[in-house]
Amino acid sequence: MGEYLLAVLILAVIGVFLGCIIGIAAKLFKVQTDPRIELVTELLPGVNCGGCGMAGCADFARSIVTGENPPNKCPVCSQEAVSAIAKALGIEVGDTVKKVAVVLCGGDKNQEKVENLYNGVSDCVSASLIAGGPKSCAYGCLGMGSCARACPFGAIEMLNGLAVVHNHLCVGCGKCVEVCPRNLIKLVPTETKVHVYCSSPEKAPAKRKVCNVACIGCRKCVKAAKEGQFAVKGFKVEVNYDSDNLPSEEVIAAAACPTGCLLTTQTHYEIEKNAGVEK
Amino acid sequence: MSSDISYKTVSFKGGVHPAKDGKSLSGDRPIKTAPLLEKYQVIVHQNIGAPPKLLVAVGDKVKKGQLLAEADGFVSVPLHAPTSGEVSAICDIPGPMGVPVQAVEIKSDGEDTWTELLSPLDWRNAEPQELKDRIHDAGIVGMGGAAFPAHVKLSPPPDKKIDYLILNGAECEPYLTADHRLMLEEPDKVLEGAAILGRSLGVSNVFVGIETNKEDAIAVLLKKASAYNVGIVGLKVQYPQGAEKQLIYAVTKRKVPAGGLPMDVGCVVQNVGTAAAVTDAVKAGIPLIERVTTVTGEPVKEPANWRFRLGTPIIKAIELAGGVASEPGKAILGGPMMGFAQKSFDVTIMKNTSGILLLDAKDVFQYESNPCIRCGKCINACAMNLSPGPLGAMIESEKFDLAARAGVMDCIECGSCAYICPARIPLVQHFRRAKAEIRRMTQNQKK
Repeated sequence: MGEYLLAVLILAVIGVFLGCIIGIAAKLFKVQTDPRIELVTELLPGVNCGGCGMAGCADFARSIVTGENPPNKCPVCSQEAVSAIAKALGIEVGDTVKKVAVVLCGGDKNQEKVENLYNGVSDCVSASLIAGGPKSCAYGCLGMGSCARACPFGAIEMLNGLAVVHNHLCVGCGKCVEVCPRNLIKLVPTETKVHVYCSSPEKAPAKRKVCNVACIGCRKCVKAAKEGQFAVKGFKVEVNYDSDNLPSEEVIAAAACPTGCLLTTQTHYEIEKNAGVEK
Repeated sequence: MSSDISYKTVSFKGGVHPAKDGKSLSGDRPIKTAPLLEKYQVIVHQNIGAPPKLLVAVGDKVKKGQLLAEADGFVSVPLHAPTSGEVSAICDIPGPMGVPVQAVEIKSDGEDTWTELLSPLDWRNAEPQELKDRIHDAGIVGMGGAAFPAHVKLSPPPDKKIDYLILNGAECEPYLTADHRLMLEEPDKVLEGAAILGRSLGVSNVFVGIETNKEDAIAVLLKKASAYNVGIVGLKVQYPQGAEKQLIYAVTKRKVPAGGLPMDVGCVVQNVGTAAAVTDAVKAGIPLIERVTTVTGEPVKEPANWRFRLGTPIIKAIELAGGVASEPGKAILGGPMMGFAQKSFDVTIMKNTSGILLLDAKDVFQYESNPCIRCGKCINACAMNLSPGPLGAMIESEKFDLAARAGVMDCIECGSCAYICPARIPLVQHFRRAKAEIRRMTQNQKK
């Protein structure tokens, strides 16, 4: 019995002794951190997407506290979270403009010609480096899903050889914009209803040869819409995303786009989803 | 080998021996000159660096050798008309890299009259700068494949001392024999070009490196080399013997540092075709408007080497070579190891088109790639001392920063690792992707 007690006693003494050392060290070598950084970190979404340009949420919190970045630079934060941070730090911030990504191409497997057999690495950058990619259109979505893999929120789905963004999941961090070798992805205001799903700057006959749903620049939509809602750029029409009055859904019916590249995000998604089912 | 030939044979570490070398298809046929075509589509941007500035418009009459575009900046060269006639269009045509490129279409008038040529230079007494200017004015680029402006390589910064000029006659790519035939048929032009390039650099160590499978060319050059004070070096038959850094190591035993240029070890490398073009430009004032290109491959009826003018569509080139006997499976510009597969036959011959290769449909395989079996063959084959297998794994899991640290930027994309890999991993494709991604990342950081 005595031996057991002795062992327990020795361990207890060692424990108390070491505990004291740790306690003293904790007092002596304490690192002073700004408590506000921790507070802000907790208010931030904590997904570490990097959309703000900093190395994760904690780093962004530090930059907010030091004044390097305004809190509304975070693309994920809601307006409430931003104002909560601003209130906690006692600073003023403007409104956040929520943005979502949109892949401006409608050339899925059924609509766009594929010219070359490609069986290399399934990645858009790799594919675009070989003879400009397998598709005939040198400006269309390559459909290998580099953007979908880059998205930290799983907001991009590959449907029928085309990347489609789910608006309710997208936070507008811009990761996909960076990786797309074709520069098809744009960050647009969340309330945009209508897009022209084509990015090819080529002339209409050349586009029509390779794709059924290319914008041929007929300007029907421009005439149907109010002034300033669409902009003609070269041989294609683009929604004027910077304007205050974005085109409404009625424009689609009024314009009767002959190629069907003028769509709402919802119909675009449904077309691609159902096209995939048929196959 | 006859006894009066004496040269040393050297090599580098790594490399592969492609199973099918295909040189016998076109290697023993003399170079033929292509007849005048009705029209030429000359691609405007034929050089690495800035595209030249167009000087002509639709409807202009041009003469053979007249300037079509002038150099725009230092790393740029002018472009000349391949024949006399009228500029009928300035349009986009399919480019060799798959994306459309701008081209000048010249409708030949059938006269083929020369414009006023630059005055011939007495190169033995000319100033080096005068020679460099002439090489620039003649629009000469590296004709081995890279199309890097020749005058830029000849103008190293003053702190780099150049003591070696090496002419690349290795032609290590299977199937290609254009340089071989050129050395055999026009040895004086090649050697004189070597001497001119040597003078413009102020270098006395001038060597021509030739793979020993071209014994006849070595013999011909050895007989004449002493007259031009040029040395001949035999190179072991091994791919990629003609890669710049491997050639420098084989000839001088100097290693170009990672991320460095040949001039860092005092070397300049030029292709033998470039040397021949330099001779024409200096001695006769003729600009670079034609080149020797191999048209070859099993489906081609009469594989041969042809002297084509710039802007000849490759479909015409294949027709001149008798057309095809069987359905080709793939068309490649350049050699089978480093050339680029084409999706259109309307691509035209450029200053760097060393070969047009058609592969038989039965020789074109579509491989499934399998997981790495850690055999290490790629590491032995890598001519740049990299570890291709592990590098490929890093890139597959998108760890580009790791790959950059492991030296992926030093990859010369020779394709030896992918060729030797028993698991058929598309290693070179991985590396090209990583290079593109790393370049983008560093660009973003600069912003």
